[in-house]
Amino acid sequence: MPQEMIHPGTTELTYRDAVREAIRDAMRRDDRVFLMGEDVGRYGGCYAVSKGLLAEFGPERIRDTPLSESGFTGAGIGAAMAGMRPIVELMTVNFSLLALDQIFNSAVTVRHMSGNQFGVPLVIRMATGAGRQLAAQHSHSLEGWYAHIPGIKVLAPATVEDARGMLWMALQDPDPALIFENVMLYNMTGKLAADAGPVNIDKAAVRRPGRDISLITYGGSLWKTLEAATVLAGENIDAEVIDLRSLRPLDDATIMTSVARTRRAIIVDEGWRSGSLSAEIGMRMVEQVFWELDAPIGRVCSAEVPIPYARHLENAAIPQVPNIVAAAKAVFGRA
Amino acid sequence: MPSLGADMEAGTLVEWLVKPGDRVKPGDIVAVVETQKGAIEIEIFEAGKIEQLLVGVDTKVPVGTPLARIQTEPEGPPGAVAAAPPPAAPAVPLATPPLVRAPVTPPSPPPVSPAAAARARVSPAARRLAEACGIDLSTVSGSGPAGAIVYADVERRLGEAVAPPERKRAPGLDLDAMRSAIAAAMARSKREIPHYYLAHDVDVTACVQWLTRTNAARPPDDRLLIGALAIKALALAARRFPAFNGFYRDGKFEPASAVHVGVAIAIRGGGLAAPALHQADRTSVDELMARMRDLVQRTRAGRIRSSEFSDPTITVTSLGERGVETLYGIIYPPQVAIVGIGKMVTRPWVIDGAIGPRSVVTITLSADHRVSDGHAGALFLAEIGRLLQEPDKL
Amino acid sequence: MTPPTDKPRLSREHMLGLLKQMIRIRRFEAKCAELYTQEKIRGFMHLYDGEEAVAVGVIPVLEKRDRIVATYREHGHALVRGVPMTTVLAEMYGKQDGCSRGRGGSMHLFDRATNFYGGNAIVGGGLPTAVGLALADRMRGDDSITACFFGEGAVAEGEFHESLNLAALWGLPVLFVCENNLYAMGTALAISESETNIQRKAACYQIASEAVDGMDVIAVEAAARRAVQAVRETRKPYFLECRTYRLRAHSMFDAQLYRDKAEVEVWRHKEPIVRYQGWLEANHLIHPEDLARMESEVAAEIAEAVAFGEAGTWEPVEQLTRFTYAEAAAQADR
Repeated sequence: MPQEMIHPGTTELTYRDAVREAIRDAMRRDDRVFLMGEDVGRYGGCYAVSKGLLAEFGPERIRDTPLSESGFTGAGIGAAMAGMRPIVELMTVNFSLLALDQIFNSAVTVRHMSGNQFGVPLVIRMATGAGRQLAAQHSHSLEGWYAHIPGIKVLAPATVEDARGMLWMALQDPDPALIFENVMLYNMTGKLAADAGPVNIDKAAVRRPGRDISLITYGGSLWKTLEAATVLAGENIDAEVIDLRSLRPLDDATIMTSVARTRRAIIVDEGWRSGSLSAEIGMRMVEQVFWELDAPIGRVCSAEVPIPYARHLENAAIPQVPNIVAAAKAVFGRA
Repeated sequence: MPSLGADMEAGTLVEWLVKPGDRVKPGDIVAVVETQKGAIEIEIFEAGKIEQLLVGVDTKVPVGTPLARIQTEPEGPPGAVAAAPPPAAPAVPLATPPLVRAPVTPPSPPPVSPAAAARARVSPAARRLAEACGIDLSTVSGSGPAGAIVYADVERRLGEAVAPPERKRAPGLDLDAMRSAIAAAMARSKREIPHYYLAHDVDVTACVQWLTRTNAARPPDDRLLIGALAIKALALAARRFPAFNGFYRDGKFEPASAVHVGVAIAIRGGGLAAPALHQADRTSVDELMARMRDLVQRTRAGRIRSSEFSDPTITVTSLGERGVETLYGIIYPPQVAIVGIGKMVTRPWVIDGAIGPRSVVTITLSADHRVSDGHAGALFLAEIGRLLQEPDKL
Repeated sequence: MTPPTDKPRLSREHMLGLLKQMIRIRRFEAKCAELYTQEKIRGFMHLYDGEEAVAVGVIPVLEKRDRIVATYREHGHALVRGVPMTTVLAEMYGKQDGCSRGRGGSMHLFDRATNFYGGNAIVGGGLPTAVGLALADRMRGDDSITACFFGEGAVAEGEFHESLNLAALWGLPVLFVCENNLYAMGTALAISESETNIQRKAACYQIASEAVDGMDVIAVEAAARRAVQAVRETRKPYFLECRTYRLRAHSMFDAQLYRDKAEVEVWRHKEPIVRYQGWLEANHLIHPEDLARMESEVAAEIAEAVAFGEAGTWEPVEQLTRFTYAEAAAQADR
C-alpha cells in the first residue's frame, strides 16, 4: 500500500530540507531563536542547510560570522545566558575543536560553577562523518568525545523525522545541546508527515525489531546497519537495530532491554574504537546485562587512522555493510 | 574416521574442536562424530600439531578415512618447531576499491591457557539460567561458537527436564539411528550367541550397613550407592573368572587383559548405551561412583568418548530403580557375558537357623555357552556374592 | 592626581566612598591571604592588591541592568558590584552558603542578582561571553551594556581578537576594560607582545579607545564615565586600558622570580590607596576620624564575613552531581 494512502499529508523531502524546516519553524515560533555561523546567510550554508533563510529572516537572525569559531560560539553562550536561544552552526566537527574552549570551559561549566545561577540554553549544530572524500580535516566523527562531557546533551538525528523534530526540543532544553548531522545523510530523502513536529530527544528507537542480535548504532551508520540486518536475515539471523538518537544521555533502558532479549550485541560506531562511545556502551552492557549475554559483545568502528582522501581507503576506514554483517556472524561463530 | 565399534561402517563429522596449528597431545578431544550410536568425542593418540583438517563439518565418511593430518614431533623446545608461513597478504584489486577489511575485528577467542582449555565455554546467560534452574551444565550440549553453551541450549535442556516428550531428541543423539544399531546388535546376539541364564540371591545387608555408616558423614553429592559396590565386586570377580571377560571373535574367545565394565544406561526418548568404566577392578569405590555419575550425565548429553564406547569387556545392567527384581540381559557382541542386578528388597532370611529380615538382591548372569558353562557361571556369581559380604574390602 | 574640578558632580561623600571601597577590597583580601595560610581557603587565589582603583573606578559607573564579566582576579569586582562580602567569603570557604554554592571558589564568583557573570579562569575566555551578552541586548533592543574585564595577558589570545572583531563588526555594546598590570603571571608584557601599547590594538578593529592611569581612581572613574556614555549612546564597543600594577604575587604560591623587588617598591609609591588618601588629606577632604570610622566599618564587615563563612554549611556529598544539568527550579527561572 502506498505510503500516501496511509498519511494523506505525507511529503517527501531530504534530510537537509528537514533540518532547514526545523530551523525555519523554530525561528517562526520563537523570536529569541537565531542562527549564527560561517556562511549560513549569503552563501546558504556550507551544506546548503540554511539556503533561503536569510531572505525570510534577515541578517540579524541569520547571522554570518567571521571565521572565529571560538568567538561566535562564545557569543552564542553569552546570548543564551542573557535569555536568547541561539543556534550556532559549526561547519564540521573538526572545526568545533577551535571552539572547544568555549564549549567545554564555558558552556558546560557555567551552570555548575555558578551554583545553578546561570545556564546556557544553546544549540550547536555541526556536520560530522566521512564519506565525501573530504580527508583528514573534515571527516571525523568526534561526537563520542562530546558525549564524554557531563553538562551537555549530544544528539544524532539519523532520520528526516529526527532532523525535523529534534531541534525544537533541543532549543527547549535549558542546557547546551549539540546536534551532529552526518554529511552522508543530507541528500537522503525520506517521508515526513506534513504536520511533523518535535520529537522526544530522550529515547533510543528500535528501527528494526529482531530476535537474535542487537545492532546498536546512530547517525550515518544507521542505514548501513539496517542494510546489514537485511543481509543477515537472508542468513537466518534476525537482527534488531537500535538507533541511539541521543548519545548523551544514553537510553540505557532501551539498549539493555533489547540486549537482554537477544543476548547478543554489536555496536556500530563511526568513531574510533579506542576510548570510544562504543567502549562506553559495551561496558554498560557488561555492568548491566552481563548475565544475560550469550556471546562476547562486538564492535564495528572506524580504523585507527585519520580519514584518508582516496575513496577506497576512506571506504575501508569506516564501518560498512560487509563489516557489520561479518561482525554479527562472528558472534554466532559463523564466518 | 576411527572405528568405534564392530558394526560401525561410517561416521559423520559434526564438529571440529581443533583447528590447524593447534597442538594436541594424547587424550585430547579433537572432534565430534555422529554415529548411529550417538555423538562421540574423538580422542587423539599422538602428540603433534594439527596440520590440516581433511574432512569438513557435516560430512559423512567411511571408517578409515583420514580426518586430519597431524605433524608429529619429538618433545622439544617450542623454538625447534618450524613456524607456519604467514598468510599471503590480500592482493589489492586495481579496478574496484576493496571493501574494508581493516575495521572489523570479530570477537576473537581469548588466549586459551592449558587450564582454561579443559573448561567448557558457557555464556553468562546460560550459566545464570542453569544455576537458577539447577541444571548441571555437563548435561547440556552447546550450540554456540566453539561448542559454547548458550541460553537456548539450557532452555532446551530445561524443557526436556520439565516435560520429557517421548519423541524429543537428546542433544547430540540420533535416536532413530541408535534404535537401528540396538536392533542390529541384539538380533545378532540372539542369532549367534547361545545364552545360558543363572540367578543368584545375595544377602547385601552388610553392604547396606556399611553404606549407612560411610554415607553418614558425607554430603549428598559424595554419597555412595550400592551399585558402585556391585560393579566393583563384579569387576573383581571377572578378573578371577576370565571366561566372562573378553570377546568372542572369528570363532574363538579372546580374554581381555583389563576389566572395562560397560554400564547400560537408558537414554530419554528410547535410547540405550553401555559405555565403559575403564579398569573397574583397579578403581576405588569412590572413584567408580564419581565416574558412574559423570558417565550417566555425559551419555544422556550425547557426549561419550570413543574409547568408552568401543571397549567394554563385560556389561552390567540394572532396572532396580524401576522395581524389577530379576532381569536377564542380552549379551552385547562381541562380549560374552552380561550381569543383571535387580531391585534390593527386604526378605525373611534364615541365618544360623533363625528367620530375620535381610536386604537381598537378585544378581543374574547371561553368558555365552560357546565360551563357558553353567558351572563356571555359578562360581562367578557366587564370587560376586562373596565379595559383597565384605564391602569394606572392596 | 586628576583635579576634582573635572568632576563637578563629585561630592565629598562620593570621594570618601571611593576610598572606602578600595580599603574594603584591600583589607578583605589581606584577611583572605591570612585565611589561606590557615587553610580556610584553598585552590588558586589571586589578589587584587594595587589594582583596586580599576574596579572601584569603573563598576559604580555602570547601571544595575548592565552586565559584568570578570576574570579569576575578581574579588574586588564582586564586592564593588554589590555581591555581599559574606557570600563571597563563604564561597572561598567552599560552603554552600557561598555566592556560587561552593561549586566555584575564589576564581568563579557568580551573582545573578547583580548581573555578575563570573570569574572566568580561562584567560580570554570571558570575552566571547561578553560579546554574546551584548548581542542579546542588541537583538532585543535593550539599552544595557556589558563591561568585560581582562588582563593584558588575554590580549595574546585569539579569543581577544575574535571578540573585538565581532563586537565592532556587529555593533555591540561592550566596554572592554583591560587591566594592564604588566605581567601575565610571570611573563612581562615586553616579552609577550610585539605591540606593548595595548590601547592601539583596538584601533585595528575600529574600536574607540583610551588609556588611563589605573592607579588613579579619579582618573579611572572619569574615563569610565566617558566610556560608558559612549557605549550607551553609540551602542558600539569601547576599549579602556587601565595601566596598573599588581603589588602582590600572581597567586598565593609565587616566589616572584620574574621581577625585581626594587621595581615593586617603585610601584608601591604609586599605589592607589595611599595616593588617593594622601590627595584627600592634602585637600582637607578627609579627617582622621573619617578614616578611623571607615576602617572600623570595614573591619566589622570583614569580621561578619568571616563569621558567616565559618558558620556556613558544607553541602552534603549526596548532592555531588547537582547543577550539572538544569533542575526544575532552574528551568522555571529561565
